[in-house]
Amino acid sequence: MDFIRKQVDMLKKPFDKGGKLEKLYPAFNAFETMLFVPNHTTSKGSHIRDGVDLKRTMITVIIALVPALFYGMYNTGYQYYVQTDIQFTFIDAVLHGAYKIFPMIAVSYAVGLAIEFAFAVYRNHPVNEGYLVTGLLIPMIMPIDMPLWMLAISVIFAVLIAKEAFGGTGMNILNPALTARAFAFFAYPTFMSGDKVWVSEASNVDGISGETILGTLAANGEVAYSSASMFMGSIPGSVAETSVFFVLIGALLLIITGVGSWRIMLSGVIGASVVGILFNLWGANSLMSFEWYNHLLVGGFAFGIVFMATDPVSAAQTTKGKWIYGFLVGVFCILIRVFNPAYPEGVMLAILLMNVFAPLIDHYVIETNVSMRRKRWRDVKLETA
Amino acid sequence: MSKDISIQNGANLNLKGLASKEFEVANKSLTYALNPDDFFSLVPRMLVKEGDFVKKGDPVFFDKNDENIKIVSPVSGKIKQIVRGEKRKILNVIIERSGDDVRNFDIPDLKSIPHESIIKLLINSGTLAYIRQRPYNIIARPNRLPKSIFVSSYSTAPYAADYEFLMSDRLNDLQVGINVLGKIINKPINFCVSSTKESIFNQLKNVDLYIIKGNHPAGNESFQINRIDPINSGEVVWVVKPEDLANIGSFFKTGQHCSDRTIAISGDSINSSKYFKTTIGSEISSLFNKTDNLPTLNCRIINGDPLSGSKVDYSGFIGYYNNAISVIEEGNNYRMLGWLPFMYNSVPSLSKTSLSWLLGGEKKVNTNLNGEERAIVVTGEMEKYFPMNIFPMQLIKACMTGDIEKMESLGIYEVVPEDFGLVDFSCTSKIEAQEIIKNGIEIMLKEVG
Repeated sequence: MDFIRKQVDMLKKPFDKGGKLEKLYPAFNAFETMLFVPNHTTSKGSHIRDGVDLKRTMITVIIALVPALFYGMYNTGYQYYVQTDIQFTFIDAVLHGAYKIFPMIAVSYAVGLAIEFAFAVYRNHPVNEGYLVTGLLIPMIMPIDMPLWMLAISVIFAVLIAKEAFGGTGMNILNPALTARAFAFFAYPTFMSGDKVWVSEASNVDGISGETILGTLAANGEVAYSSASMFMGSIPGSVAETSVFFVLIGALLLIITGVGSWRIMLSGVIGASVVGILFNLWGANSLMSFEWYNHLLVGGFAFGIVFMATDPVSAAQTTKGKWIYGFLVGVFCILIRVFNPAYPEGVMLAILLMNVFAPLIDHYVIETNVSMRRKRWRDVKLETA
Repeated sequence: MSKDISIQNGANLNLKGLASKEFEVANKSLTYALNPDDFFSLVPRMLVKEGDFVKKGDPVFFDKNDENIKIVSPVSGKIKQIVRGEKRKILNVIIERSGDDVRNFDIPDLKSIPHESIIKLLINSGTLAYIRQRPYNIIARPNRLPKSIFVSSYSTAPYAADYEFLMSDRLNDLQVGINVLGKIINKPINFCVSSTKESIFNQLKNVDLYIIKGNHPAGNESFQINRIDPINSGEVVWVVKPEDLANIGSFFKTGQHCSDRTIAISGDSINSSKYFKTTIGSEISSLFNKTDNLPTLNCRIINGDPLSGSKVDYSGFIGYYNNAISVIEEGNNYRMLGWLPFMYNSVPSLSKTSLSWLLGGEKKVNTNLNGEERAIVVTGEMEKYFPMNIFPMQLIKACMTGDIEKMESLGIYEVVPEDFGLVDFSCTSKIEAQEIIKNGIEIMLKEVG
């Protein structure tokens, strides 16, 4: 360790104050602090600090994403091989998925981090770790055959407009990963819906096709999958959102470590279930009569509610606010699915909509606290008057 | 009759090296110092010059904001030096001890003494400095009488002195202090004790006894006041530390200023971790055993507890109000890949992203920041360590923007910086909550008063 530390110290010299590359210090710092927790000691406030930092928190989210990502790789290969009638093993499927997905992850990280680093150098602040998660989330929620240049443009839009324009990490209103998806959804609709985008190579090979369950339902079609396959995830869909089982493993890690808000996840499930049950009773079309519990299993609902709705920056920040926010995400997700045939999947728009309303929810929660305090003051004045 | 109050959440850090419960009389210090920074927002005006002789109890400086606030000499001796820093700011007034001259006051019969005379005596003797007022934690302003007075004998901060032990031989002085202050507000003062054992303070009279249950920061007065008699806009509450109240009692018994101070020294790398009987303003070095070789250790000496104390040199002096001195290792070292979750579990962490909480036992700490400062990202974390009906993060943000109306409506009157010690500690983004709150309170003092 000492040897590596010495090498890093040598490399660091030109980036230090007065050095030739002083301006690029934030970029160097990002790499250095990845390798070593720095030797900074406390100067103001508490003299002792918790072992946790933003890096550890963000890495925990990435670890929570890995099961879903790994299953996503397998499912990509599985959907492809099943349609092509080629004999395949588990390894073949994973390799096919990895071959398709790794370039997406690489492009997402390269483009996004380049912008983050540029802003950090320009604004002279350290590189925040938030993009480590965003950069992995973006490819996980896109269709598998999305051209890489489209992915790159979506990332640029998300990082520039949704994040940096608002002041960077911690200041954004909208979840950047979902903004990237929403951008792609509206800018390149033909690559984001239909039956030629959800299965690997479907856009190139005529024989391959596959519609998502929600897409089928929106077109009043018959669903050919069982609840068990919806839960395990062997269905067409965005890269890594299909398996509720593997998303739940991630959710468990987020809840145990306290990194993701269980309140948002639980209230989201409650909200979606309540509306789902109400629609089941109504049952006017195939989306309405689609069993409420299956609504929780299909599309990006599980992935969205676990990994997107819980983004602490764009979600409600107060405890009560989190309950309300999560509940409404669930409610709007099902409402959009059922009432808007143009958008068979509602979770993306539901979360983005609630992102916008989160500050308002918090405002009212805080107002009740403020008026409680003001009432106490008034009562005292009345008593003493 | 006592009342039970349970304060939920919070955390006890359980640090290694807590002071052992034995008293030792400290070596007599040669010099003593008064540091104006120990008194929040006080602007000192000197009443003495270098070379002057002062008796114990003679005023040394007063507050430019209020002439009634006087700080008196803890010992008799010669003003050796007035240490000044940038812009001639007074850093320390150093007094060289000599002789045993004490300023004497005539104390009337305590049974019939009117409250105006008590206040006059508190002002003239400088004993008033032992009392601090909320909001803001400044020395009590005698022109605004409090609606209630609080004493917390329950200390929950890491390395804090245990008042049950520290006060065991001063109950008599404490009772006199309680009687005197009770006369000012014409009702019993609120006395908070720990629920963990049978308290020696149960025998006190003229107090409303509250038994507090909960982890740190339940021992901080702010959280107790909030539950028992919350501060509203325009109201004032006084707060006194138990030993300071005993010093006030001693003054009203003898007519002489009492500047006794007991200090609990804690730290896992030193031999002298016990309770020392000494005097306010003593040299830090007078408390430590020479075999500790403190100056050569890679450690930080803190006046107070590690969450809210202030850094001091070995050649420095003990602070005015603190009953604890903490010695912890400087954490100026690198940890390779130290940010990995579930790794380096020996570093104390309240977050479940480390297995530290599973390990139990006493924890060793150092001053490493364990990361770098970042934008506030994680939410719901501060609320866990701030058990009061106030939104800590929103209050911190209001203080950052200096929005007076928001600070007021979010509850700035009810908090002091040290209440945010655990918020500082646990913050993922390593923000300096106490510093931000302190700046906010300074703005409030200046603009609202």
